[in-house]
Amino acid sequence: MRSPEDRGLRESAIFDRASIAAIQHAAKTGVYDIRGWGAKRAVPHFDDLLFLGSAISRYPMEGYRERCDTDVTMGEMNAKNPMTLDIPITIAGMSFGALSAQAKEALGRGASAMGTSTTTGDGGMTEEEREHSSKLVYQLLPSRYGMNPDHLRRADAIEVVVSQGAKPGGSGMLLGQKISSRVAEMRTLPEGIDQRSACRHPDWTGPDDLTLKIEELREITDWNVPIHVKVAASRPYYDTKLAVAAGADVVVVDGMQGGTAATQEVFIEHVGIPTLAAIGPAVKALKEMGVHRKVKLIISGGIRTGADVAKALALGADAVAIGTAALIALGDNDPRWAEEYEKIGSAAGYYDDFHEGRDPAGITTQDPKLAARLDPVEAGKRLKNYLQVLTLEAQTIARACGKSHVTHLEPEDLVALTIESAAMTGLPLAGTDWVPGRSSNGWGPSSNGL
Amino acid sequence: METLTETTVDFDLAEQTVRELNHELHAPTATHYRVLNPRGAHSVAAGINDEIDVEIDGDVGYFCAGMHKTGKVTVNGMAGPGVAENMMSGVVHVKGHASQSAAATAHGGLLVVDGNASTRCGISLKGGDIVVKGNIGAMSAFMAQAGRIVVCGDAGEALGDSIFEARLYVRGKVASLGADCIAKEMREEHREELVQLLKDAGMDQEANDDAYVDSFTRYGSARTLYHFNSGE
Ligand SMILES: Cc1cc2nc3c(=O)[nH]c(=O)nc-3n(C[C@H](O)[C@H](O)[C@H](O)COP(=O)(O)O)c2cc1C
Repeated sequence: MRSPEDRGLRESAIFDRASIAAIQHAAKTGVYDIRGWGAKRAVPHFDDLLFLGSAISRYPMEGYRERCDTDVTMGEMNAKNPMTLDIPITIAGMSFGALSAQAKEALGRGASAMGTSTTTGDGGMTEEEREHSSKLVYQLLPSRYGMNPDHLRRADAIEVVVSQGAKPGGSGMLLGQKISSRVAEMRTLPEGIDQRSACRHPDWTGPDDLTLKIEELREITDWNVPIHVKVAASRPYYDTKLAVAAGADVVVVDGMQGGTAATQEVFIEHVGIPTLAAIGPAVKALKEMGVHRKVKLIISGGIRTGADVAKALALGADAVAIGTAALIALGDNDPRWAEEYEKIGSAAGYYDDFHEGRDPAGITTQDPKLAARLDPVEAGKRLKNYLQVLTLEAQTIARACGKSHVTHLEPEDLVALTIESAAMTGLPLAGTDWVPGRSSNGWGPSSNGL
Repeated sequence: METLTETTVDFDLAEQTVRELNHELHAPTATHYRVLNPRGAHSVAAGINDEIDVEIDGDVGYFCAGMHKTGKVTVNGMAGPGVAENMMSGVVHVKGHASQSAAATAHGGLLVVDGNASTRCGISLKGGDIVVKGNIGAMSAFMAQAGRIVVCGDAGEALGDSIFEARLYVRGKVASLGADCIAKEMREEHREELVQLLKDAGMDQEANDDAYVDSFTRYGSARTLYHFNSGE
């Protein structure tokens, strides 16, 4: 049969198939949609930027001969034991509970093989991940599930999670299917209940309290390790300033596209600003406070390629964090499970029902049978390979721009492809010297009145 | 522990910093400490992880005895927000009043407050015990998951909102109950645990007074919010 388009039928751009299905689902069930993954709509992103590379006015580094370093150190200002990552890519916090123990172990194996860190999540620290992560960041979240000072003392860094890009102002969820006895015990919850975490910290509110909270964490851990503050990209200029003023060694800004284990769809798609739009204001805040590249900036939300990494660094970040991409590297949405994805009403490449705990790839599940499908050693190798590719790609670009360290990339190396991305990043539109909202330097078409 | 000196070591916060104090308490050379002139300092005696006894003469600021484990901390004065937050074990005793979020998220141990405790007392409690001899403020025991709270006076508004399995015993009036929190039957096992908690808090006379013990009401979760489709 001919497709509807071939028959001259027109699909609505506003009421597209996903919108129609969402209305039908709401009408039928009266329940809003909860899912994992991150925003699926198109928003201005790193694809809207290009590197210029080198020519006569700039010259490049030789690809294989000349060094292009990738290390980044956190916490040099306050911590007795700063944390050095060999690559500027870290694994974002994803809870045991949301992920299987095997997946957590695989993340640790892959990251450790590349000399970088992993991060716990909204469910405490498991022995598996501590054992397999040479560098582990321990999250302090509003829920405080499994919060344990002994774990705090065993961490290589601490991350105070204020909010997450997928749901700024919202909280974690873990539905009953995934509250196995081990998860329930770690979180002190009855087995099988639908759990919603708190969205506000229980013992502090506002920037002045945060200062005291960070001080307390430093006191408890004898000022040994760096302290990160993670905020969703909503008001990154102010939030970065407040986090720095509160004493953070590292500010993590998580864009709206950032992944989640389970959140209301309406939250994922409609709250927060894109990663691309968040970097400039955060960097501006750091520069105004005189701490750019001292207090480190980690950017996350939609990082897929070495080009994304390089662009984030060029805009002023010191490192990036990855969640979704790391899960894909482990085996999430792998076509080999295509049939099983179909059976649970999804498809390979589309699967986002992480909250249901039926992941055929054994990653976002607590079902022992499914989880056993993921071999942590093999999956760890895949993650290592992927991290290696990201790093090599970022180095390739940095060398082409004449940089001996990936963090030497700078806005000068970039141009914007769209007016939106130019306005958001303060980069000139490609082929012009025009930045929306600013007067031109005098060579671009716009200055010629074109 | 044998090498620790049994004498009490004085630590004067007018002369030394909180950082120096905590450094000493995290690798103690004595079993007893007395902290002088705290003058509202923050994070005093936070992160203790040893069988030591610390007495603080005066008022403390935020997060005193934060994440406390195994030892005992006594505050001969008032305590600011987050006293004994995320305590794991041991005892923290505030002889004056305690501010907001006392023993927030405590996983174990016992907090005793001789005076009143402000709002959010025992918020997100995860197994710790709290005995407040006076009143507690609004939003106390919010989302409390496990553990017990004894209030000898009154409780403020929205007590136990979205509570899980924590058990609350209140002797006085409750301004209002939060979502999913209800009064529950006081069975023998509850009476026994209440008596024990009163004793643990040094209230032996009250614990042995049947009329006193009988004047408490137990509150806990109606468990109607445990599944999302059953209500918001
Ligand atoms: C399955 C899953 C679980 C997550 N759990 C947490 C968590 O426990 N704490 C947290 O701060 N962020 C959590 N996140 C968000 C990530 O830390 C990170 O901010 C996000 O994944 C970055 O965006 P990306 O997925 O596009 O790389 C989770 C993300 C995913 C995909």
